[in-house]
Amino acid sequence: MAIALKESEDFYLKDFREFEDRQAATAPAWLSKLRSEGMQAFAELGFPTTKLEDWKYCNVSPVAGVRFVPAPYELTDKIRKQVKELPFAGLDCTRMVFVNGHYAEELSSVRDLPEGARITNMARALTQEGAVTAHLGRYAKHRRHPFVALNTAFVEDGAFIELPKGVAIEKPIGIIYVSAGGTEPWVAHPRNLVIAAQGSQATVVETYLGIDGGVYFNNAVTEIVAEENAHIDYVKFQDESESAFHVATMLAYAARNAAAVTNSIQLGARLGREEVTTVLDGEGAEAYLYGLYVTNGRQLLDNHTAIDHAQPHCSSREFYKGILDGKSTAVFNGKILVRKDAQKTDSKQSDKNLLLSEDATINTKPQLEIFADDVKCTHGATIGQIDPESIFYLRARGIGLEEARKLLIEAFASEIVDHVKFEPLRKQLKSALLAKMRS
Amino acid sequence: MATPANNVETLATQEYKYGFVTEIEQETIPRGLNENVVRLISAKKNEPEWLLEWRLKSYRHWLTMEEPKWANVKFDPIDYQAAYYYAAPKSKANRPKSLDEVDPELLKTYEKLGIPLQEQELLSGVAVDAVFDSVSVATTFKEKLAKLGIIFCSFSEAVQEHPELVRKWLGSVVPYTDNFFATLNSAVFSDGSFAYIPKGVRCPMELSTYFRINAKETGQFERTLIVAEEGAYVSYLEGCTAPMRDENQLHAAVVELVALDNATIKYSTVQNWYPGDKEGKGGIYNFVTKRGKCQGVNSKISWTQVETGSAITWKYPGCILQGDNSVGEFYSVAVTNNYQQADTGTKMIHVGKNTRSTIVSKGISAGHGQNSYRGMVKILKNATGARNYSQCDSLLMGDKCGAHTFPYLEVKNPTAQVEHEASTSKIGEDQIFYCRQRGLSTEDAIGMIVNGFCKEVFRELPMEFAVEAQKLLGISLEGSVG
Repeated sequence: MAIALKESEDFYLKDFREFEDRQAATAPAWLSKLRSEGMQAFAELGFPTTKLEDWKYCNVSPVAGVRFVPAPYELTDKIRKQVKELPFAGLDCTRMVFVNGHYAEELSSVRDLPEGARITNMARALTQEGAVTAHLGRYAKHRRHPFVALNTAFVEDGAFIELPKGVAIEKPIGIIYVSAGGTEPWVAHPRNLVIAAQGSQATVVETYLGIDGGVYFNNAVTEIVAEENAHIDYVKFQDESESAFHVATMLAYAARNAAAVTNSIQLGARLGREEVTTVLDGEGAEAYLYGLYVTNGRQLLDNHTAIDHAQPHCSSREFYKGILDGKSTAVFNGKILVRKDAQKTDSKQSDKNLLLSEDATINTKPQLEIFADDVKCTHGATIGQIDPESIFYLRARGIGLEEARKLLIEAFASEIVDHVKFEPLRKQLKSALLAKMRS
Repeated sequence: MATPANNVETLATQEYKYGFVTEIEQETIPRGLNENVVRLISAKKNEPEWLLEWRLKSYRHWLTMEEPKWANVKFDPIDYQAAYYYAAPKSKANRPKSLDEVDPELLKTYEKLGIPLQEQELLSGVAVDAVFDSVSVATTFKEKLAKLGIIFCSFSEAVQEHPELVRKWLGSVVPYTDNFFATLNSAVFSDGSFAYIPKGVRCPMELSTYFRINAKETGQFERTLIVAEEGAYVSYLEGCTAPMRDENQLHAAVVELVALDNATIKYSTVQNWYPGDKEGKGGIYNFVTKRGKCQGVNSKISWTQVETGSAITWKYPGCILQGDNSVGEFYSVAVTNNYQQADTGTKMIHVGKNTRSTIVSKGISAGHGQNSYRGMVKILKNATGARNYSQCDSLLMGDKCGAHTFPYLEVKNPTAQVEHEASTSKIGEDQIFYCRQRGLSTEDAIGMIVNGFCKEVFRELPMEFAVEAQKLLGISLEGSVG
């Protein structure tokens, strides 16, 4: 490991000691233990290098090379005003707003919850007994993943959602992370936990928005548990500012007949890495993974997904799409693992990419690892450009070249966004997407 | 009627048909590897100074390298100091002038393999450069080829007689620094085949070699180099069987192909080395580097392989598509049964404009076999209009085997069209039922379905090989289906 990395790990350790001291009075024993396990694991693992297969195309040395301070929290009028104008802010639904990783109660709106449901911020949930103790850190493997380890060491705030048996929340639950200000580069470690008990149902939208420049690093971890027959629809929308770093690790766990749907849309950040892992750990469980990455400039966006078919009779569908422009690079790595006993697995995966510029690079690797024989698994990947015949078709009907290109790109992207079921949300997502693509 | 389980029992106990050891006096040098061994090999082969220098350079570089760990295969560490790096039949000093003078023991070996040289010479029109443990013992049809200006001989002979050609092309496709096993090969390669097709010549017959690992504990380090000058055409066959052994034997070969303007090289392999026994004991480690360079415009290199043997196969025949409009093809059938492991695939590197590549890979896993396809398609920035189509299908037989796919697609040009498709399936009960209803036994039905599954690849094989390949597939999969 390079010395630069060692130095950076050192300050994380120093910050961790201070953080630990600060928390010593309030943190329950299990939490302190979990945090120091995380720190220990990070010290052992260090930042990954491109020599590791999982990080082959994702060079995180820009992240490792920066001395980040813990995220400052200051709720200024400017931020208040900007948050009101954000997309998703106008939606009439439960929302939790976080500024630089800290819960901003006055901007949030949590009300009209069904009986037994709990939606609160992680900092509060951590001080209370209950589901959080049993579930936190159980799915995200901090011993193996350096960024999860780092997040676990500094776990403090985030969203906590607990749905009781049989409860369905119709409107989406918004989790909005706003990043703003800060004179020095800062880092936040948002941690979200969603527990859906038997037969419950909800849509959650986790959004990251950078509202002014500056270098910062969001290192998020989200754990989702769908118990028997539960249905969780999870949308992740990332639109960080241009100079930001964003590393997010999402783990969904689906029990018998449960469905976990993730939809991850990556637009922003200078370096963005999104990992989605879904474990199908009960017969009849279903996984749907959708993703869209739109890059330009010198961005590097990496999408890593894994579907673990641990039990028989499960099905999974995965559709990812990429639109690449400028000198950007995008990575897709999709792994489908079918374990020995997971017979009758039905799995489909596809990654389609549109290369718009001479200098963009796409590295895609759809990957199958199959240890059972009675399975149906297919995967595919394509890389191409806008079909000149489609352009010709549109131009023959009087649509200008630029407009025709835009139309085709939008159509390409909307195949993913259309999977978001809640209509007002879908509209908002689309308009945010279009705004981004136009710029 | 025997139950399927019984079938498995009886068929799985069949002995490896090509397992025997030929008792021929061997000339070996001491175990282990050091600079002296490299010098000794070079001296024994009476090599020019530059080649020795190249070997030493490779050896010194090899010392700085580590054995790669990324492949999806498991094996006990190899002790490179415990192997012999050179073995040649002792009769080398007075080489036979004709087939009659060839050691009868040796000829018998080939007969058992089904390639009696005399017969081949007379009937099949295939020129065979038989490599028997590193030293070429018989070469047929040489005169006929010589008339056309085609050079087809053992590698050592080429070094003696055409040093300028060897020097020009050796290491031009697989540099000595390429990878751990290729570098090792560069240091200690024993022999191999060399073919040179001059400008505008279409080779009138299939060139062919048989590699055979015979001496106990001898790693074999073949080196093959084929150069097709402008407008030339050659089809080359490589086929392998190895006798039964308990120790794991290392085979690290290097194959280099160069195709200049408008040239075509077709390289077909049937690999049927000893795969180890039912418990996974023994078997060949087949760690091979094969690469072709389409250096000229409109050139074409086509790889076809049928991999049924070896305990571990680790090989990625690739193409560097440098010339504009050049074409690369890869057709592969890989079978793993019992405890065999295969990590195989291809690398297509598109450098020139309008380059095209096709990949068709069929993996069949049975027993405890683990079969991985690992392929890379790289479209570089200037490869405008590049096109790739990849298809990897896996067939699973039994619930203890595994099939894995690791395709890497790296694209840096927006005009490229790259497609990758993969599927995994098993032989359907309904398909078997259908065949049985029409009076076919389960085994025959499986054979038929598997052959159908592999048809796209077999079609690419020269006729002589296609028949053998189908038979081999049948033998390899015997008893694997319940």
